[in-house]
Amino acid sequence: MSDVVEKTLTALPSLLSLDSQPGSAKLSSTAKLGNLIRGITELTSKHEEEKLIQHELASIKEQVSSPNTTMRQMRELMVRAVYCEMLGYEASFSYIHAIKLAQQGNVLEKRVGYLAVSLFLNESHELLLLLVNTVLKDLQSTNLIEVCMALTVVCQIFPKDMIPVILPIVEEKLNHPKEIIRRKAVLALHKFYLIAPNQVQHIHNKFRKALCDKDPGVMTASLHIYLQLIQENAEAYKDLTASFVTILKQVVGGKLPMDFNYHSVPAPWLQIQLLRILSLLGKNDQRTSEVMYEVLDESLRRAEMNHNITYAILYECVKCVYTIHPKSELLEKAAKCIGNFVLSPKINLKYLGLKALTYVVQQDPKLALQHQMTIIECLDHSDVIIKRETLELLFRITNAQNVTVIVEKMLDFLRLSKDDHMTIDIVGKVAELAEKYAPDNEWFIQTMNAVFSLGGDMMQPEIPNGFLKLLSEGFDSEEEDRKLRLFAVSSYISLLQGEPSKLPQRFLQVICWVLGEYSFLKEDLEPSVVLGLLTKLLDMKSSSSETKSWVLVAMTKLCWSEAAVSEAQQVAETYSSSFDTTLRQRAQELQHLSRDSQLHSRVLPPGGRLEPDEVDSSLSFLDGFVSEALSAGAAPYKPLHQRQEELSRSKVLSLEPYGLSLPISTSSCSITDRQSPTLLSTSSGLSGDGTDFSHRGSSTTLRLDGVKRVWGREGYLAQKKPVEEVAQVEVPSPLRSPSQQGDANSCRSKTPTPTANPECDQEKQQLASSLFGGLSSQSSVCLMEKSEPDIQRFRRKAKGQRSSSTTNEQRANPTVSSASAVDNLLCNNLLEADTEPINSSAKQTFQHPHSLSVANGACDAEAILTDGDPKERNQPLSSEDFVEADDSPPREDQERSKDSCLTPHLPAELSGFSHSEIIPLCSSQSLDLSACHVQTDNSVVLVVFITNTSEDANLQIQVLSEELEVFCVCESPVEEVRGRSVSVRQYSLTVKMPLVHFELVGMLSYSIPAGMPQAMMQFSYKLPLTSFIRPLTVSTEEYGSMWLAFSHDTKQNLTLIKEEREPLTATLNALNKKLSLHVVEIIGVEGLVACSLLQDQPCLMHCRVHAGRLAVWLRSPVPDLPDCLLYHCQRALQEP
Amino acid sequence: MDGWMDGWMDGWMDGWMGGWVDGLLLTIGITSSFQMQFMLLFSRQGKLRLQKWYVPLSDKEKKKITRELVQTVLARKPKMCSFLEWRDLKIVYKRYASLYFCCAIEDQDNELITLEIIHRYVELLDKYFGSVCELDIIFNFEKAYFILDEFLLGGEAQETSKKNVLKAIEQADLLQENIDYQTRLFAGTVWTL
Repeated sequence: MSDVVEKTLTALPSLLSLDSQPGSAKLSSTAKLGNLIRGITELTSKHEEEKLIQHELASIKEQVSSPNTTMRQMRELMVRAVYCEMLGYEASFSYIHAIKLAQQGNVLEKRVGYLAVSLFLNESHELLLLLVNTVLKDLQSTNLIEVCMALTVVCQIFPKDMIPVILPIVEEKLNHPKEIIRRKAVLALHKFYLIAPNQVQHIHNKFRKALCDKDPGVMTASLHIYLQLIQENAEAYKDLTASFVTILKQVVGGKLPMDFNYHSVPAPWLQIQLLRILSLLGKNDQRTSEVMYEVLDESLRRAEMNHNITYAILYECVKCVYTIHPKSELLEKAAKCIGNFVLSPKINLKYLGLKALTYVVQQDPKLALQHQMTIIECLDHSDVIIKRETLELLFRITNAQNVTVIVEKMLDFLRLSKDDHMTIDIVGKVAELAEKYAPDNEWFIQTMNAVFSLGGDMMQPEIPNGFLKLLSEGFDSEEEDRKLRLFAVSSYISLLQGEPSKLPQRFLQVICWVLGEYSFLKEDLEPSVVLGLLTKLLDMKSSSSETKSWVLVAMTKLCWSEAAVSEAQQVAETYSSSFDTTLRQRAQELQHLSRDSQLHSRVLPPGGRLEPDEVDSSLSFLDGFVSEALSAGAAPYKPLHQRQEELSRSKVLSLEPYGLSLPISTSSCSITDRQSPTLLSTSSGLSGDGTDFSHRGSSTTLRLDGVKRVWGREGYLAQKKPVEEVAQVEVPSPLRSPSQQGDANSCRSKTPTPTANPECDQEKQQLASSLFGGLSSQSSVCLMEKSEPDIQRFRRKAKGQRSSSTTNEQRANPTVSSASAVDNLLCNNLLEADTEPINSSAKQTFQHPHSLSVANGACDAEAILTDGDPKERNQPLSSEDFVEADDSPPREDQERSKDSCLTPHLPAELSGFSHSEIIPLCSSQSLDLSACHVQTDNSVVLVVFITNTSEDANLQIQVLSEELEVFCVCESPVEEVRGRSVSVRQYSLTVKMPLVHFELVGMLSYSIPAGMPQAMMQFSYKLPLTSFIRPLTVSTEEYGSMWLAFSHDTKQNLTLIKEEREPLTATLNALNKKLSLHVVEIIGVEGLVACSLLQDQPCLMHCRVHAGRLAVWLRSPVPDLPDCLLYHCQRALQEP
Repeated sequence: MDGWMDGWMDGWMDGWMGGWVDGLLLTIGITSSFQMQFMLLFSRQGKLRLQKWYVPLSDKEKKKITRELVQTVLARKPKMCSFLEWRDLKIVYKRYASLYFCCAIEDQDNELITLEIIHRYVELLDKYFGSVCELDIIFNFEKAYFILDEFLLGGEAQETSKKNVLKAIEQADLLQENIDYQTRLFAGTVWTL
């Protein structure tokens, strides 16, 4: 109470001053704003307004900075400043004064101060830090209004880093006797959860308390948090389903106070929030769904009143019914509701009806059939929004039968559309449909022409990219490919003969490329004619310099005939002095190549490229160069993640647009990338293909995401798609069948059945039958079960398949063109690598003149991908099995050695330790070599098993590695092995320098029977760094002193394991389990982890949860160890 | 040698950057999918009367969005749908007398309930000012903000009971510079502990 007295006393002077000049201050304060507003309304020009406001701002500025200005006047000034800002004039000088007002003013002045702050500043503004103390003080105030104001401002803007300062006090407020305070506190915590989820992890049970609050307002507020939490992880909240259902029942049953009614509907906002939560909980979960059927039925039944608010609830209800596990009775009712929406004369309801229909049509195509006439009417609706939504709906029901009509409708819409966003969206959809369902070449090319002309330069770059890829890669039959290309060429020639200046730049670029590549297919077409047309493009004013360089490149490809050369030379002459460097370079190329016809035919042989470039992304052909450079003292290669981090740190173009690139690509590319400079692995060659493929997989996924709307993803069909996408990314096997891809693209099934219509005018009926053709009325509700084999015309070739066939084709066809000449070389190299080993590291070590039989025992996935010719591979293994060593598929290859006495067993002294799976290394007719490694407490032992299935033999094994010290445990290098027995060799391994994976190369020379001439086998064995990692038990203090002493470090953000309560602990436990790192301590959001490379080479890791990621910092006295370990951490956390 | 590839990649990168930046604009800071993004009140003449942003955007962006949106909405005919697709967002607008109320929500959100949020806000204004008109909002725009903050907080409906919202506002207003002020405080009304 004394506080109150004090406050009042401080407030008195201002009140007294008010009293002393009755009314005047009050009048003047509102009058000033009033004058300003009136002044503005009287003005006639924008210019005058600007002058007036600038004048006003100047006067405000002068007054706010004057020391004599009272808080009272300040409050009035702030209001005026806010007004000026609203009109679009900057008043940043007043920001600091707004904060001051919030800090120093009395309650009323504070209110304006806080309001001004929330309007002026945004979350990241630095001045906001000055507000923290004020907020803290007000939160602790005994005046409820001040507490309310502080909580309100916290809910709107609060600096993320300062949350811990006020969090305990806000938490305390959850127990406040006043419901308004509790409610605002809940919302503040919601806000904290949104901006910094980790900060409020520990108070999840308090959310539950809020959910059970006796005040409905507080309970409603807590639902915001729950909706968010359940969106992120529905599994964790299934137990609350019954509670939510009970709440909804009570609300629907009218058990809430009348205050919460809105137009006599009980708490509609609360109902909608609950329905959203229920739909998330019941999605793909029959048991949970069953709990809610009754209340959903009740909701559908109760909402009868003819008012917008009931429709809003109904709409949410319908969405919920279609999202959760289906129940036919409810679906029927929901369908009826949708019908009411669609048929409603109210345009808003009609719109929502269409939206709902779009949402459900994939599950229930019958519904679209029922409303086909309405849909057709909507297609011609005067409101563009309705049309747009109708097209969205049609897009969902497109199939091979109705594609031409639907695409035509979409193109009509595009021709009238003025909205860029809509254009981009629809253009993407048309391109997708055209590629999927094109009935013939002609239609396809013409549709794509329309897409390119209408989409212009704003369309998604994937569209022209995909189109050119389709053209160049071709599809099933050569003849079809040729026809398609030929048609494209003819169509583009006629376009260029028309008015090319009207075509968008992107389209011109596509045209140039196609003409450059394929115009030779049109036999009656002289290259000089094409050149002439292209020259016209160069002369056009509207052509961008980018387009011009495309033109020049196309010309370069075309200038192989006499007539063309002179024209080309002329052009080259003009542009070789261009200011644009790219153009100048292209012109130079053109000049040189057109002069030297021999060079030209070698680089760009007529006949074009049959296969697109093989991109060797691992740059294996540079291996020799790199090793030379390294030995000459060049700086070693920086791994991918390090570069990426540096990039993102310096805020240049981020290479992670969707935050996905790392997880997808590392599995296949960074291993090779990391190794190629040091290891010179033979595996680098075609592994580029693997990388390429996984990238492609991801890009397809992303592209689909862009095109498809959220609606489709959430329906029941969604189940199927993600699985297939995962398969696309994770199975980069060359054996992928084309039909798999077909399935992935078309997951709807349609059976053509013409539909009958009731009385309607002829035209519409016709349109209807063409639009809804293929949507069978008999087709079942659940389409999920059926999947059409493939109706897609332009089925892209599976990449893997192509890569394996490429080599064959290229061999058969010596006239392959330009860039593939390089590939050819590379491929041939690789093919040779299969028949005669050029395992460079092996070559360096053993210069044996003997004929070597190649063993493909290298136990890594890359090696398999790499293998140019799969036939020569006899022992397929995958490193994944090895590294994870937990799920190993049964192997047929091992059948041979199944002979019981010939099964390799670990020596007794090692059997107590964990060991990797035993994997075959190499074999000859009678000898089988297999190996595993055993991790003892202080060493790693490689155990090699030699299984001899025939007579006695003499053999000698040598195991070597560049990075590992190998010490043979047994005495003599030569050993006699009895027939039909298994002999065991042990090698203890120590690390010379850390690497992500270590490779051992071995050589087995043997003579069977003993005394016969020697033969040789070569093998290799790979083991990860993690085999050498042991937990390091240190105290936190020791950790601290060690940390400072270590000089080599690396930093990176890793994915955090999604776990609701303790993501950090879960993540560190996973690291502990998978990599046996020792968790020293977890302090709040930070964790200390330690390990060592065998005994004496420690590595420390500092982890901090930051923005939903795990920021790790590794330090070690050993160079490269942090980097290599980081790689394994990354892998370990990516694995499920 | 690989000249055409270069050219192609150039174009690709340009387009990609553009697309990304554009997308970024509306995805930053938006974590909740049912949160309102912003609310604008403007007159038939296109004068902004109130703006509340629930997502952090730069002033430049705000101005651009406001300008574009005011234009688009004003161009709509009266019988047309109250919803608009605009960039990645849904715009829900309604005209009350000379004033347009305009909210931006995300695609998954419920357009009809947003329309009712607008309506409830108008009801609140109406009750507070007593048959509200545009002038009330122009001259007392800070009051309009106070009411809005009490009704919607951080883009979510905070309190949907009309009585409760107005109670909260009025109790703060009771501290208005009138003589009652001191007596009320001394009497230790509900608002003190």
